[in-house]
Amino acid sequence: MMAAFILVCSVIFLLQFFISYCRSLIAASVREPLSQEVQEVTGLTRAATEEEFARVVQLLQLCPERPEERGEISLIRTYFRMLGVIRSTIAKIVPSLERWASAERGQCTHFVAVVLGRRIAFSRNLFAQQISG
Amino acid sequence: MPGLFGYVVWLLGALLEAAVVVCAIKRKALRPYLFLNFYMAASFLVTLGRYYMFAHFGLASSQYVYFYFYTDALLTIILYFALTSLFSRVFSEMGAEQYVKLGAVLLLGGTAVFSYAVVQQSSTKLVTHFVFEMSQNLYFVGVVLTYVLWVAVLKLRETRTRLIQLVLSLGVYFSLLTASYALGNLFHGFESFSQILTPLVGCFLPAAWSYAFWRIPEEARLATARLAVIR
Repeated sequence: MMAAFILVCSVIFLLQFFISYCRSLIAASVREPLSQEVQEVTGLTRAATEEEFARVVQLLQLCPERPEERGEISLIRTYFRMLGVIRSTIAKIVPSLERWASAERGQCTHFVAVVLGRRIAFSRNLFAQQISG
Repeated sequence: MPGLFGYVVWLLGALLEAAVVVCAIKRKALRPYLFLNFYMAASFLVTLGRYYMFAHFGLASSQYVYFYFYTDALLTIILYFALTSLFSRVFSEMGAEQYVKLGAVLLLGGTAVFSYAVVQQSSTKLVTHFVFEMSQNLYFVGVVLTYVLWVAVLKLRETRTRLIQLVLSLGVYFSLLTASYALGNLFHGFESFSQILTPLVGCFLPAAWSYAFWRIPEEARLATARLAVIR
């Protein structure tokens, strides 16, 4: 009985901490506008939507990886999937959650697009260094 | 034998623990977050010690098992004080640090007494069982305290991004471990899965703290209202 109570409490706390942690990672990128180049490559001219997430991730995988970004991308992908589960389960009972989950997933897409912009800039610098070297 | 996966996670954990202290030194965050870094340095040394015990006595030996559980309890107590230091930072402007320290010691004493009361009649290996019980109870106390700290961060409109990320990652770590222990107690078949899960969870905290020290400057600010799941 006690273990069940502890399990329920810790899962509730875990969800809250995990969502807030992911949002703290995304928060800095939300204010960052997408560069012209990223907009052209991804076709994201207006606010990013959840439907574009998979495509932007695919584009991201085409660029050379920066080691320091590996962890945050995996975490945001997990968060995106978790929001999908919330949308297809709990949101059926609480409709306001559906709008929230969609908006959050859109911000995940924006975050990945911002990282894509950084990777493009990183690759360009690398290429420039190789040419000049 | 822990297998290739076990060795990789073990090595990864040790490297990440050392990375936290290195990142903190490089970013001049060693002194401001002294307890957090002390915990990571202690974790690194304990990981080395556990490997030594494993290599000399084996995974199933009583030496390894005793060393594992006693160091686990010790690390949990150090982490508990690291959490208290985060409380002190959040409440520093209110001048409530003394109350925080007193409260932390009282709560730790209370948890120890409660754990002793639970095990004293049910176990022949009293000290070992007590150490194990106290670790589990402290994890749960840690989750609750981290949540209280998070609520305080939201209410006080704390904006320091690095501090926020340190608190949140600690919350994720504590709740994952508590959930894992609770599942182990509820379903005994879960214990074998827990043996894989626990070291992986152990890698999350140093990874998140390394990230916070390395990538987030001390001056970075964040509106906490954006982060709250429930307001």
